[in-house]
Amino acid sequence: MVGRLHAPTPLPSRPALVLLKDITKRFPGVVANDRVTFELRPGEVHALLGENGAGKTTLMNILYGLYRPDSGEIWVKGRRADIRSPRDAIRWGIGMVHQHFKLVLPHTVAENVALGLAGTPFWAPARAVAQKIRELSQRYGLPVDPDRRVWELSAGEQQRVEILKALIRGAEVLILDEPTSVLTPQEAQELFKVLSRMKEDGHGIIFISHKLDEVLSVADRITVMRRGRVVGTVLAQETNKTELARMMVGREVVFRLTKSTCQPGEAALRVQDLYARNDRGLWALKGVSFHVCRGEILGIAGVAGNGQRELVEVLTGLRRAERGKILLLGREVTNRSPRLLSDLGCAHVPEERIRMGIVPALPVEENLILKRHHRPPFCWRGLLRPRAIRSFAHRAVEEYAILTPSLRTPAKLLSGGNIQRLILARELSGRPAVVIAAHPTYGLDVGATEQIRQLLLRQREEGAAVLLVSEDLEEILELSDRIAVMFRGEIMGIVSAGEASLEEIGLMMAGERRSPVRSEGT
Amino acid sequence: MRRLGPFVLEPRLSPSRAAVLGVSLGAVVFALLLAAAVFYGYGRNPWQAYAQIGRGVFGSWPSFSEVLRRAIPLILCGVGLTLAFRAQFWNIGAEGQLLAGAVAATGVALFLPVPEGWRLPLMFLCGFLAGGLWAVIPALLRVKLAVNDVISTLMLNYVMAYIVEWLVHGPWKGPTMRGFAYTDRFPLTAQLGWLPGTRVHWVTLALGVVLALGVAFLLARTRLGYEIRVAGQNPEAARYAGINFTAVFALVMLLSGGLAGLAGVGEVAGIHRMLRSPSHISMGYGYTAIIVAWLARGNPLVAVFTALFFGLLFAAGDHMRIALGLPFQIVGVFQGLIFFCLIGFEILLSWRVGLARKGRAWSGQIGS
Ligand SMILES: Nc1ncnc2c1ncn2[C@@H]1O[C@H](COP(=O)(O)OP(=O)(O)OP(=O)(O)O)[C@@H](O)[C@H]1O
Ligand SMILES: [Mg+2]
Repeated sequence: MVGRLHAPTPLPSRPALVLLKDITKRFPGVVANDRVTFELRPGEVHALLGENGAGKTTLMNILYGLYRPDSGEIWVKGRRADIRSPRDAIRWGIGMVHQHFKLVLPHTVAENVALGLAGTPFWAPARAVAQKIRELSQRYGLPVDPDRRVWELSAGEQQRVEILKALIRGAEVLILDEPTSVLTPQEAQELFKVLSRMKEDGHGIIFISHKLDEVLSVADRITVMRRGRVVGTVLAQETNKTELARMMVGREVVFRLTKSTCQPGEAALRVQDLYARNDRGLWALKGVSFHVCRGEILGIAGVAGNGQRELVEVLTGLRRAERGKILLLGREVTNRSPRLLSDLGCAHVPEERIRMGIVPALPVEENLILKRHHRPPFCWRGLLRPRAIRSFAHRAVEEYAILTPSLRTPAKLLSGGNIQRLILARELSGRPAVVIAAHPTYGLDVGATEQIRQLLLRQREEGAAVLLVSEDLEEILELSDRIAVMFRGEIMGIVSAGEASLEEIGLMMAGERRSPVRSEGT
Repeated sequence: MRRLGPFVLEPRLSPSRAAVLGVSLGAVVFALLLAAAVFYGYGRNPWQAYAQIGRGVFGSWPSFSEVLRRAIPLILCGVGLTLAFRAQFWNIGAEGQLLAGAVAATGVALFLPVPEGWRLPLMFLCGFLAGGLWAVIPALLRVKLAVNDVISTLMLNYVMAYIVEWLVHGPWKGPTMRGFAYTDRFPLTAQLGWLPGTRVHWVTLALGVVLALGVAFLLARTRLGYEIRVAGQNPEAARYAGINFTAVFALVMLLSGGLAGLAGVGEVAGIHRMLRSPSHISMGYGYTAIIVAWLARGNPLVAVFTALFFGLLFAAGDHMRIALGLPFQIVGVFQGLIFFCLIGFEILLSWRVGLARKGRAWSGQIGS
């Protein structure tokens, strides 16, 4: 294996589309990229793998002109490229779709695409590009309506707009930073089809992802990074999950979780006939009822946008319930404040971690006490206790392996995965009675995903009731004791994990109601 | 990175302290250079003018004490504003809050029958409450009705200024003042003492410094301070953490406006010893305090020093008027230039700037 990793790659007939040579980038306290060399050929999908904080995003930001490397060279199509801004990058035919989209929400698709596009007329620029959008979306199978407003679009559609934006600017190289973490499985499949069409046209695609199965199926070559360095580049056909995981983590990773049998206690969270509206004032929850017992994980499956987000918000006090009842540990808590719910022992791992889960400018240690900052040992008679905060933060950083230069580092400087670990450390360390986790492993590397799943299972063994909302069916099946499927704000049925078949869950996700006789089964 | 003429800009996520200090000083120096042009416009050699002003201000204790005197209301208002700005509440209303404090103090001084020993402490207390409550109005308007804080605080300044005008022309017009729009003179027990040979009402000055320390402690080490910072940096996370916005913003503005109110008490009890027209009471201290707090980057301890700097500007304005024969309004021009440069130089804090030279990696950096 070692031999193959370092074997010289055969000389391509055409020069590489992109060649990054010995790129080094240091940030205070970390070497994010350490003499990284990376090559992208025309007509290939080249995946970039690595643990959280390995330096993938940094490397791509350098190629896209957002950061300047401390040393190293960038070559595009055999020519030395001096890329100092995204505008330069676009001129060199490089486009990037960031993990967090950068669209102007109140504007239409066409207006967003026209924004900053060279050569668009000053007046009515959107009309001029609308035609072009239709052409390109036909060609690559990217259906979007140029006249829709961006806020109306799903995450998948917004991503298509970002890709179109890059293509219309003439990108030959497309960088996708964790593109599938916001997509439903169907949307991901559609994306892969688009990518293969782009490949045929000779485009090159750099694809960052933490999902190994996905990487193995779409990529031609895979480069693995660890702690800022390249571990090796392998052909996708000649490798497998175990090997990739070992390259990333540096040790074996078990893909089987050890899960004890479920011994449910009394119901810790009970929801009865819940109704709520979404931000646009339409019904998002229409009579949802279920319960979660202590020592049990209830998985909520379903395609994104079927009311899961609103459900989590209502359960954590962030959204009003219009009708129905929520009982936490036997106490009615419908429409009570988030503070009360969290004080009663309801932990919440939010879906939007940067927007809601952390205070980006505050240091790691102060982020770790959010929600418990008003209670001993962190606060006493209105005064914060720095010693208690620091020692708790020390333990949390260690126990949850949060990679940070120091406890005083602003949380926004951590890599995506480490921010998620910070949130989990905070939410799970307070011995919660109920854990409401929305996409808890979203954006985490394989090692961390295993670790977090193990943590959720440990919570369950310690007697917490866990409500797991995820679009990742595999995750739901692996962790849950019972699975509820949501469709258009209603629960289509609840099945126990043992007896659930994939087809049955798939049908429910598509809106088929399970026969009521069996849904009372567990 | 971005390109701007011959420069390239690289985003800087968290600027270091040295960078902040360097950039702020740079902005002030740059503003003073621009101001030199104004002196030229008046046909005076700017360097000589600066030297003359320097000699005038630092020449003797009594003239230097004017810097302190001018700094007192700026310290109190500025410190209060740092608190509001840390909560991302744009309190443009320190001017009105200061006047509210002055009105309350006048009421206590002239009309409240209390034991004489209690009069001054009560004036401070009521001044604080008046300024604070006046500032709580926009806080509640914003939290409950989503009314823009910049507009509401600004508008309340005009309301309070007209209330003062009405009082001194109407019900509170002093019978002993021979028709001037003043209230009566405060009784001796309602006047603050001066440091010998100066007009520095030292009680207010001491109060300002102590309160700056207090606000710094509040922000860094108390639960309320933590909640203020969280609510200011990321309201979404504050909601998630169950922080009570109404309570936090009401308290922030009570304190912020209260401090401005104390400044008003100091001005009427320490300088004028009566209530008179708003432009005499304040000369725009509440507006200047915005720059004071901005230059201090929301740090209340630094605000003490930036307030002293602007006190110096005011004192220099007096000298320019007397020694150089320039209009006093030139102080406003200076302040405007400084504020303008500060905002303009802000770009250097969020972006690291270097010279773009082809083929060469990094050349010079500014303020890193
Ligand atoms: N602007 C910055 N300032 C300081 N440190 C930074 C900055 N950007 C990234 N880092 C650090 O550089 C390292 C690499 O970060 P990067 O975002 O490239 O990781 P990543 O491989 O994309 O991880 P993830 O999979 O979690 O997104 C991390 O340790 C991160 O904390
Ligand atoms: Mg990343």
